[in-house]
Amino acid sequence: MSDAASFEGELAINVEGLTKSFGGRKVVDNVDMQVAKGEIYGFLGPNGSGKTTTIRLLCGLLTPDAGHGTCLGYDIITESPRIKLEVGYMTQRFSLYEDLSIRENLDFVARIYGLPNRREAVEETIEKLNLKGRADQLAGMLSGGWKQRLALASCIMHKPQLLLLDEPTAGVDPKARREFWDEIHELAAGGLTVLVSTHYMDEAERCNKICYLAYGHLLARGTAQEVIAQSGLKTWTVSGSSPRRIRKLAHDLTGKSGIDMVAPFGATLHISGLDEAALERAIFPWRNDDDLSWRQDDPTLEDVFILMMNKASDNFT
Amino acid sequence: MMGDRFNFRRLAALIRKEFIQMRRDKLTFAMMLGVPIMQLLLFGYAINSDPKHLATAVFAQDHSIFTRSFIKAMENTDYFQITERPETREEADRLISRGTVQFVVQIPPNFSRDLVRGAEPQILLDADATDPAAAGNAIAALRVLATTALNRDLTGPLASRIPAATPFDLVVHPRYNSENRTQYNIVPGIIGVILTMTMVMFTALAMTREIERGTMENLLTMPARPLEVMMGKIIPYIVVGYIQTALVLVAARFLFEVPMIGSLILLSAVLLIFVAANLAVGFTFSTLARNQLQAVQMAVFFFLPSILLSGFMFPFRGMPVWAQWIGEVLPLTHFLRIIRGILLKGNGIVDIQTDTGAIMIFFVAATVVAMNRYRQTLD
Repeated sequence: MSDAASFEGELAINVEGLTKSFGGRKVVDNVDMQVAKGEIYGFLGPNGSGKTTTIRLLCGLLTPDAGHGTCLGYDIITESPRIKLEVGYMTQRFSLYEDLSIRENLDFVARIYGLPNRREAVEETIEKLNLKGRADQLAGMLSGGWKQRLALASCIMHKPQLLLLDEPTAGVDPKARREFWDEIHELAAGGLTVLVSTHYMDEAERCNKICYLAYGHLLARGTAQEVIAQSGLKTWTVSGSSPRRIRKLAHDLTGKSGIDMVAPFGATLHISGLDEAALERAIFPWRNDDDLSWRQDDPTLEDVFILMMNKASDNFT
Repeated sequence: MMGDRFNFRRLAALIRKEFIQMRRDKLTFAMMLGVPIMQLLLFGYAINSDPKHLATAVFAQDHSIFTRSFIKAMENTDYFQITERPETREEADRLISRGTVQFVVQIPPNFSRDLVRGAEPQILLDADATDPAAAGNAIAALRVLATTALNRDLTGPLASRIPAATPFDLVVHPRYNSENRTQYNIVPGIIGVILTMTMVMFTALAMTREIERGTMENLLTMPARPLEVMMGKIIPYIVVGYIQTALVLVAARFLFEVPMIGSLILLSAVLLIFVAANLAVGFTFSTLARNQLQAVQMAVFFFLPSILLSGFMFPFRGMPVWAQWIGEVLPLTHFLRIIRGILLKGNGIVDIQTDTGAIMIFFVAATVVAMNRYRQTLD
């Protein structure tokens, strides 16, 4: 506890035991989370795992049933109006007004936050977005990638200390995604703390730290390497002479004891298990097959997450 | 520190945004101004609960001076217009069953002979009573006619046939609307009806739209307080309500010459309470509706009893007691009494206090429900 107190000054988010139920179902169950200032923190988990709810609890949009903690040093239960002033929250869905122009949207946000030099702030943002010629177009007319950039711009206009991004890159093309992440890193370099939820593994690997949430429970956290190491998962990669051979192997191996997961990756198959010896016993009959070439490999983050998801569904449902 | 307390600058930003959206939504904007005008013209020009010059067939089997006098007197009431003169009873029946005429007057053979003899002949009036309202006043007019129409012709020895004077003289004096003009009753009522319809529907829609499009979430993550959001929705529509009222009042004055005896300032003051009560209902609906379609359905659900049971369409006193009780709950019922009272009777603040109080109670109750529901939606 004394340890946590000394960290207090450096933690942007520090919550313990967060719990929230909707209609008798625990959506978030006893979640602890510590995010250091200036960190990019990846928030992973399957759909409906409670990511959005957790984010809403953090910024005071929802009141937790149990648990306590601080966000930017403010109490999440009693000081939510202050938190809102210093947090930028980008919702999962585009939530600016589609029937307002780009400029009107930004102007509205600036007015709500009471920004000094409102006009300059709005024009500066438009310029940075490279939308100068289109500022009077309706926001609804923008493509997905532009909407996302506009949404991001509108939630950093008031210079927040913490940015909460709820699946910001869903439905955005790879190039726009890359640019988006470059910008996130730039913002973090400037001292902004970023909490971002995502489904994409490449995005998870671009975070300083990640955590994994399933069925409201926090299952793992740390750097990507730490999470992989903690999982204890062993993986073999096998490639074969023909796709058909690989498909047949996948079919034969699935469900065998010692094998926790079989996942095809293009022309190869990832075969993973938590018990190294049992895994090797299970694959032994195929090891000397001339059509197949076997290689011991590091599990990917995706292997680890899919395994955790499967385990979680056994444990919590 | 800002963000903690109610903030007028943020409220102004929300109101400003609402007006931009209103202006951009061309259809809704057109409805706001178009609905009052359209309803006013429809109700004002097209609807008349005291119709005159109704098509009448006269089946006369007697062609004396008395018959002619009687028919002339009928036409003079303005209610009857003799359009057909059937020769047979069958033809007369066909005319009324097909709806060619509203009335058939049958004057029996020997009408004048029986009249002279003092045998009290009968005149038969067949009325198409499928629409009682249309026939009612005409029949009443004819009853009066029966006692007086022939007085002029009953002279000399026939003077004794003039009906004896009734023991008392009944003088009907329609007050406040002595010409019995339907418009005087309907046009002020239209203001209440339009406000009930548009205010409930527009707020319900405006809030539900924010929730449906996900913009509500964004609003709440920003420092806008719930009360600011609610007022930011309601105030623009109060302004719209006043514009609609002004529009109808001006039209009422110049198109229909509806008298405006009472104080318009008093009317605008009561209007505020009435509009706010309806907005609170719309706001409550918006917290219940999942999408805009449901919001519209709920608005109609509220609008129907309002228009039917408030005394706008049908006389309030003619309804059964249970229906009157429902009517008493609705703000429109009281507003109709107030606005008719102020415009037509010149009522002052003392005369309208009971009805104003009733609207106020409704407003407070609706606001409490709205705020409670609203808080639940947030969590």
